[in-house]
Amino acid sequence: MKISREDVLKVATLANLELTDAEVETYRGQLDDILTYIDKLNEIDTSNIEPMTQVVADSAYDAPLREDVVKRADVILEVLQGAPDPAPPYFRVPRVIEK
Amino acid sequence: MSAPNTWTIPEVRAALDARKISARELVKEFYARIEEKNREFNIYLALSPERAYAQADRIDAAIAAGDALPTLAGVPVAIKDVISTRGIPTTCGSRILEGYKPPYDATAVTCLESAGAIILGKTNCDEFAMGSSNENSAYGPVRNPVAPDRVPGGSSGGSAAAVAANLAVVSLGTDTGGSIRQPGSFCGVPAMNPSYGRVSRYGLIAYASSLDRIGPFAHTVHDAAIVMSVISGRDPRDSTSSSAPVPDYTVGLAKPLHGLRIGIPDDYFGEGIDPEVREKIESGIRLLEKLGCKRVSIRMPNTDSAIAAYYIIATAEASSNLARFDGVRFGPRVPGATLIEMYRKTRGRGFGAEVKRRIVLGTYVLSAGYYDAYYLKGQKIRALIARDFREAFEKADAIITPTSPVPPFRLGERTADPLQMYLADSYTVTGSMAGVPGISVPSGKTSGGLPVGLQIYGPAFGEGRVLHLAHAFEQAGGAEL
Repeated sequence: MKISREDVLKVATLANLELTDAEVETYRGQLDDILTYIDKLNEIDTSNIEPMTQVVADSAYDAPLREDVVKRADVILEVLQGAPDPAPPYFRVPRVIEK
Repeated sequence: MSAPNTWTIPEVRAALDARKISARELVKEFYARIEEKNREFNIYLALSPERAYAQADRIDAAIAAGDALPTLAGVPVAIKDVISTRGIPTTCGSRILEGYKPPYDATAVTCLESAGAIILGKTNCDEFAMGSSNENSAYGPVRNPVAPDRVPGGSSGGSAAAVAANLAVVSLGTDTGGSIRQPGSFCGVPAMNPSYGRVSRYGLIAYASSLDRIGPFAHTVHDAAIVMSVISGRDPRDSTSSSAPVPDYTVGLAKPLHGLRIGIPDDYFGEGIDPEVREKIESGIRLLEKLGCKRVSIRMPNTDSAIAAYYIIATAEASSNLARFDGVRFGPRVPGATLIEMYRKTRGRGFGAEVKRRIVLGTYVLSAGYYDAYYLKGQKIRALIARDFREAFEKADAIITPTSPVPPFRLGERTADPLQMYLADSYTVTGSMAGVPGISVPSGKTSGGLPVGLQIYGPAFGEGRVLHLAHAFEQAGGAEL
């Protein structure tokens, strides 16, 4: 067994994800299967291979950079309409700083 | 000429030009069909009649005024629910975005509407495009219009089914590891995954940014080519979109295929392929040979590693992209005493099982001490897969494979084992990793009447060649093999 309960709980904390006990157990087993499957990649020698970090097919056309110019968007009110607890012009969240 | 209920893009135009139907009447006809069939098939998650009729009236006014009509004038389209539509609910098939209405349109949607298309509504999909059967939607699975006890494939199952069930003329889906091509294969309609960077991703709610693409489903390859010409091109709002010129993809579709070399990778016909699928694909290859193609044998030696590397890269990117769903800016919030508790509860209850599984896996492979062993290794394998394709395209003009190793399976048949579900993506994830275009075209049916899809890969930005081959295959009766 590669993945422990604690591993799953640690990852869930990193990902801000509340999991039930049943979920922790299910994911532990499934992750174990998947990571065991993934481990077969270790059989392939990649010591001289550069990682493919992006997909650029033709540098003549791809990944151009634009001027970095500040533009007004004026979308605050519209964007806040989708928020669960808007307090224009802010998003309200539970208190994070103690008095 | 297509089946009685089926409208192709040229048929819509011809009917509008001849005043046989108005754009408004056509929209009404499609909404009536949706009303009749959606309860059973669960294809649409939201409809946008106000916007659709307003656009139809603009088209009808243009016709009345004798104005020149744009390419897609009056064509009813469906949009996968991971693609943003201003003011129309966009949930990604997830509870965490229930009720969310984006304040802007995706560029692909703007392109369609500017070309006269009419947005009917949003189609069901696997939650955040994660799945191969559409069973991961929080709003219930889609049924396959060809065989209602079967899955439509995924993740763009609703978009594939919308076209197959004649509830849209064309639709947009998205593909990260096969999510356009596989449901196209399962529902028996042409389905195109363009090159990475060909179509702007602006407004596509991201799953795995280095793999995600937008592409069309259609009744005919010709219709798919029309849509490709409309949605492709450079977009200043997506820095990965390419400025490579966009041809009219319909030009030259009817040219003969003489001398084109089709590469058949032996590595794709090994264990795990359904014998009937294999037989239909072999018949498909013979049909292409009859049309003048030259068959060449090629090797793609890193194919077996593709799924493992894909699930590292895709889940790592997903864990990062999905961090934005935290109950602050959109969607429902589950209250908590602290900010962190609010995040944890909102995400824990808002995401479904498959999404949580991938976030956990993606977070794990990126966590301290594991980056080199997993993410970096995955990117190196990705480089090897891209090299397989580059070398193959030195010997062949296109590569032919099955789209899926199996025909559509029954609802519920494969949900218990996620790894087995992942392995069924093996023919499509390779092209996703390499960034090359691929299309699935119908290639006969099994003895049980289930559709089989033949996949045609071309080199990056070789959409024209891929569509050319697919069109010739379709016109020669590929679907009837």
